[in-house]
Amino acid sequence: MIFNRLLSGDLPRSRVLMVVLIAILAGLVLTPFAFPGAKALNVAAKICIFIVLVASFDLLLGYTGIVSFAHTMFFGIGAYGVAIALTRIGPSWTGVAVGVTAALLLSLGLSLVIGLFSLRVKAMFYAMITLAVATAFQTLASQLSEFTGGEDGLTFKVPELLSPGFSLSEQPFLGVSLDGRLISFYLLVAVTVVLFLLMLRIVNSPFGRVLQAIRENAFRAEALGYQTVVYRTWSNVLSAAFATLAGALLALWLRYNGPDTSLSFEIMIDILLMVVIGGMGTLYGSVIGATLFIIVQNYLQDLMKFASDGMSKVPLLRDLLHPDRWLLWLGILFILSIYRFPTGIVGKLRTKARGHS
Amino acid sequence: MTVPLLQLEGVHTHIGAYHILHGVDLQVERGELTVLLGRNGAGKTTTLRTIMGLWPASSGYVRFDGEALNALTTPEIARRGISYVPENMGIFGELTVRENMLLAARGAKRIEDMDAARLDWIFGLFPALKRFWQHPAGLLSGGQKQMLAVARSIIEPRQLLLIDEPSKGLAPAIIQNMIVAFRELKQTDTTILLVEQNFNFARQLGDKVAVMDGGRIVHAGTMAELAGDEGLQQRLLGLSLAAHQ
Repeated sequence: MIFNRLLSGDLPRSRVLMVVLIAILAGLVLTPFAFPGAKALNVAAKICIFIVLVASFDLLLGYTGIVSFAHTMFFGIGAYGVAIALTRIGPSWTGVAVGVTAALLLSLGLSLVIGLFSLRVKAMFYAMITLAVATAFQTLASQLSEFTGGEDGLTFKVPELLSPGFSLSEQPFLGVSLDGRLISFYLLVAVTVVLFLLMLRIVNSPFGRVLQAIRENAFRAEALGYQTVVYRTWSNVLSAAFATLAGALLALWLRYNGPDTSLSFEIMIDILLMVVIGGMGTLYGSVIGATLFIIVQNYLQDLMKFASDGMSKVPLLRDLLHPDRWLLWLGILFILSIYRFPTGIVGKLRTKARGHS
Repeated sequence: MTVPLLQLEGVHTHIGAYHILHGVDLQVERGELTVLLGRNGAGKTTTLRTIMGLWPASSGYVRFDGEALNALTTPEIARRGISYVPENMGIFGELTVRENMLLAARGAKRIEDMDAARLDWIFGLFPALKRFWQHPAGLLSGGQKQMLAVARSIIEPRQLLLIDEPSKGLAPAIIQNMIVAFRELKQTDTTILLVEQNFNFARQLGDKVAVMDGGRIVHAGTMAELAGDEGLQQRLLGLSLAAHQ
């Protein structure tokens, strides 16, 4: 009952999916203890940030059917908000609050303006407008170097509690030092869970139901009495707000932000892939998509090196599996996964579960 | 004399470069079921979509309960109390039957917020909907989808229902169920404007009839008059009812 309420009545509806989701959550929570080392912790933190970012994009694309390329802009605004505020005000919680609030206000304003002025046009034109706005913003961030650090970005200090130098206890716990990095990580996990549950509440509310109706057929939704432009604009604003918060989390974790870190078009492509692989229109898809994508992105090279060494006596295979060719294999893997799971992994698992019931 | 619930006066509608409606004049009286007949491309669906503001009239007036609808948006028109069931059923296939019904009951957040007696009445009209309540609407059969589309339009009391070819593509047994349901709906004094090509279906339900051709109303009168006059049927529709029985 509590579980059902926590997930807003939107249960995974597939036993396999539920097991995978629990495994991901457990894996993230236990990362510092189960997988020691900076790389594993960074990968887990990135997964958390991208779960929020991808889910917020799914709110727009999967639930409302709006194709936007400005999502990384809002992600960047969140990251720059925290970075600029902490650089100017200094490493304090006030700095974090000012940065997040200012970033949220800017994102809300921008998304509202883009939504109101652009959501009346055809989907393709809207996508083009958002692409133009995002590119302009990226250029602006690079040019305003006095403010944003330009291409070099900004390196800053975070509040003491979150800094690596802070220690909660002299004694390590289960071999792991209880420092600011660990606190940052668990704060990240907790905020991710809260934001995800909040998005789950939104998509399962009457508001979310109207968004899904609009995605399927905007005219029909209008004929039922719903002002689709208003709903689409709200979806745009909410999605931007969550992306901004994801950006703020990224900046707090990295203690650095630059145009390539949060504003690049590559990130936009990655988000799109994560949504498609996980399954559009299912927030759980963002958890699966982000986790799978980031793990493959970070560990495929290691796996290929292992495979290439194993095949050292087979010339062609050894060369094909050389770690330098990881992008080729990454591409092949994603083409195959989209071919195999056209409705995403979550869609496939749910269809299979429905077939069994 | 009472004002008709719906009145179209010299309505012209253009879709892009095409001039579809050429001055439609139509009256729908309160509590009656008016059937709009005509061959394919006569302008029947365009008339319904023009009333809903989906393809706004380029000139002329659409009045509902005395109020001109021309300047209103589709959602505003819907909120005046007009329900529209489009030709292709107009359901949301990826949402469940329950979610489709909740969407139509605009004030309801949950099923508990709906009028339970009305829901029971709808389940009585269309029992399949209760059976497939939690199923995605896209998985329903054609007849069940049509039932859902009609059920959705009556989940809350509406002043006027616009229904576009409800019998299209349905098996005879399902059509018979639809006739029973519409007859029961008529008992509730709901005003209905029904677009149909199936004259036998229309004849069993209609109080009034309007026949369209070339974007105009070419005949308006009672259904009894048209059903009883083979010559008129031949002239207006190219058929005689006897041939269809």
